[in-house]
Amino acid sequence: MVNYSPHPPGNSTTPDNGPPGTGPTPEQSPGPRPAVTATALTVVRDNRKVLQSLDFTVPRARITGLLGPSGCGKSTLMRAIVGTQAKATGTLTVLDAPAGTPALRKRIGYVTQAPSIYQDLTVRQNLDYFAAVLHPGRTHGEPQAEAHPEARPTQARRTQARPTRAEARTARAEAVARAIEDVDLTSHADDLAGRLSGGQLSRVSLAVALLGSPELLVLDEPTVGLDPVLRRDLWALFHSIATTRGTTLLVSSHVMDEAERCHRLLLLRDGTLLAEDTPDALRSRTRTETVEEAFLHLVDEAAR
Amino acid sequence: MTAPATYAHPPPPSGTPPATFVHPPLRRGNPMTASRTLATAARVLRQLRHDPRTIALLLIVPSLMIILLRYVFDGSPAVFNSIGASLLGIFPLITMFLVSSIATLRERTSGTLERLLAMPLAKGDLIGGYALAFGAIAVLQSLIATGIALWLLDLNVTGSPWLLLLVALLDALLGTALGLFVSAFAASEFQAVQFMPAVIFPQLLLCGLFTPRDTMQPVLRWISDVLPMSYAVDAMTQVLHHPHPTAAFARDAGIVAAVAIVVLALGAATLPRRTP
Repeated sequence: MVNYSPHPPGNSTTPDNGPPGTGPTPEQSPGPRPAVTATALTVVRDNRKVLQSLDFTVPRARITGLLGPSGCGKSTLMRAIVGTQAKATGTLTVLDAPAGTPALRKRIGYVTQAPSIYQDLTVRQNLDYFAAVLHPGRTHGEPQAEAHPEARPTQARRTQARPTRAEARTARAEAVARAIEDVDLTSHADDLAGRLSGGQLSRVSLAVALLGSPELLVLDEPTVGLDPVLRRDLWALFHSIATTRGTTLLVSSHVMDEAERCHRLLLLRDGTLLAEDTPDALRSRTRTETVEEAFLHLVDEAAR
Repeated sequence: MTAPATYAHPPPPSGTPPATFVHPPLRRGNPMTASRTLATAARVLRQLRHDPRTIALLLIVPSLMIILLRYVFDGSPAVFNSIGASLLGIFPLITMFLVSSIATLRERTSGTLERLLAMPLAKGDLIGGYALAFGAIAVLQSLIATGIALWLLDLNVTGSPWLLLLVALLDALLGTALGLFVSAFAASEFQAVQFMPAVIFPQLLLCGLFTPRDTMQPVLRWISDVLPMSYAVDAMTQVLHHPHPTAAFARDAGIVAAVAIVVLALGAATLPRRTP
């Protein structure tokens, strides 16, 4: 059990809540603040503390893995960050604003565990709709995208004057096409989502999250039930999103071997944080070969 | 610490230590936008288009029922005349109730609602989109049913057929509103369908379709006074008997519209932005 002081001494969490500087990862210069900073984050559901006084940070433009067994509170933590979890107490700052601020909704992409898309629409129709919700036209658009095809749409959007309706429409169509391409579903773009396989469905769900070029992507078990080739491809996509687009990713999984692919890890168990570190640092600290062994080592250590 | 001061934690060491909530209160969400509402309506209609059988049932069944009714009362056309007009208002209410309760239940259970509410979509956009889409279907449905009733079955209406259509549209909105609201209390499609006898049938019995409302037992009469379908039927009856819109018609139609809007707002309140 974690007590209520903001820096529980007995917790094996790296106890620095200030500027990132955690571990030997090639962290950013002190300039950008972490994408997510939590202090004493507690969530109560049905009179049970699902998350108990968590302190952690999620660095920007990195892939942070949120690992732990099923039912340990991963999804609850993700909902708290996205701002859709009730009864969250403590401090939770996401992209320099309190979590749940309406202005954040456009800047965070969130993929729930179950693919949340319309099965009675085609892949493209699904994305068209969500794109229209994210960027409905006159207030946001991408007027000079043709001149700078490599420029990120959101960056263009913020600085430009109001585009016309037609320009906004073409910008949306481009964003949709790119998102479909990102998840490698171009050949299925006009198939009814209900006819797709489970793996394809979850990729459509991911494509929706990629649509708005979000600054923070929160992915709840995105690779569960996928075959090894697809999993490898998705992780390659995650890495390219993090490095080329500067997006921060928080990816949950209960499969420990996925941990090796993350830059940083948050190990969660029964609503408490077992560790917050890089995979390498975890292994060397616990003198183990794999993250899975490190996790078990930490569980045993905590039980003692 | 990087957090804004207002949400700083832990609370001051002494004094009142109330729980500081991480998330800011959700009083002011996203403002409604016409384009998001329209996009939602288009999406709902697009979903329906992939389901031609549902469209066919929505459009054809009411007309078939009107035809059936005409020949059930083959020997007493006066009865057909009075019930037929009322039914033209009741059909859109029932069908839209069913369709919207199932559609929004699906939205809740599939996770798309959670995703939409994590996006910059106003609840009003979602509700308004559904109301627009189902309203459009209802207009089409009522056009067919009213056309058949008036010109094929010789339903005798003193007032303007457009007023019949107007009431039918208001009834459809009321049905959509009730369906949206009720879907919040259904955990499965089985339960959602069962709400139809629970919510619609009592209104059907008490709305004056079977017997004039003032001949009912007084308690039932009072109950029928607060049920919106009674006013839908009253409005239809006004059109049936009067060549021009009467004050009573305006009042009845206004009540149906007002109840629809209130229930739509209640329905919006049942869309949770946050998981408990």
